[in-house]
Amino acid sequence: MTLNEVKHILQCEVIAGEDRLNTEVRMGCGSDLMSDVLAFTKADALLLTGLANRQVIRTAEVADIRAVVLVRGKRPDAEMVALAREQGIPLMVTNVLLYEACGRLYRAGLPGCSEVPAAEGGTAG
Amino acid sequence: MNGGTFRREFEVTGGDFYNAGRVSTEIKEILRQIGIAAPKIRRIAIAAYEAEMNIVMYARSGMVILQVTPEIVRLDVSDVGPGIENIELAMQEGYSTASEEMRALGFGAGMGLPNIKKNADRFEIRSEVGKGTTLEIEVNL
Ligand SMILES: Nc1ncnc2c1ncn2[C@@H]1O[C@H](COP(=O)(O)OP(=O)(O)O)[C@@H](O)[C@H]1O
Ligand SMILES: [Mg+2]
Repeated sequence: MTLNEVKHILQCEVIAGEDRLNTEVRMGCGSDLMSDVLAFTKADALLLTGLANRQVIRTAEVADIRAVVLVRGKRPDAEMVALAREQGIPLMVTNVLLYEACGRLYRAGLPGCSEVPAAEGGTAG
Repeated sequence: MNGGTFRREFEVTGGDFYNAGRVSTEIKEILRQIGIAAPKIRRIAIAAYEAEMNIVMYARSGMVILQVTPEIVRLDVSDVGPGIENIELAMQEGYSTASEEMRALGFGAGMGLPNIKKNADRFEIRSEVGKGTTLEIEVNL
């Protein structure tokens, strides 16, 4: 699924990474616990979270997460936006609640982290 | 580890949540430039990030030494801090002494040390109460 499709399905406002919306994500992960995100995602995931701080962007960068969606209307502060731009992590916001946001994407065909194999080989993009 | 090794040291400051994760991001970029495969980089970066977060959350100051040879990537993480009284307990999934403030940042699920171990091919932890903690983390290439 592309970030453009995600944006459409969740009626997102794009905060950072407008130019990267053709990026593909292979799975979704909905969590506010960053260690769980690090433990359970595989490369090329989309992270949906209600947590809005710099650690979320760091977690995404470290775990090869391709984009972050802030749910239930959470707004990122300037520091979070700056880090998302710096790290090249697209950041979007939606008013949809976490459960519903995950449900909509799942229904549209985006699988969960346990349902896709780990990425193979190549060098990090 | 012998000659021909890439080696770099990074300092981490306890309590500096603003910069927390910067070292791991830098390590990731270095490994990318060296040309290491993405899945290995991801494992090393996750281990480095959890270790870095633990220094920021629990210790006064710390250091991460990155070494790369043709065979392995190695991280030596050491800190000056309170140390860990019961390592066996600290290694259990879900055990955490993180404060509310840390939990609000999304950490303190008690998964950090288990995450490091899971992503490493070799992992060792030593700690002395009142002095500090050291981690040895290796990933085979
Ligand atoms: N460098 C450290 N110095 C002192 N205590 C630590 C350190 N790293 C971990 N700990 C202790 O071990 C516990 C478990 O750590 P960890 O598995 O990373 O989970 P979390 O950080 O989410 O609590 C921490 O809550 C803390 O009590
Ligand atoms: Mg931790």
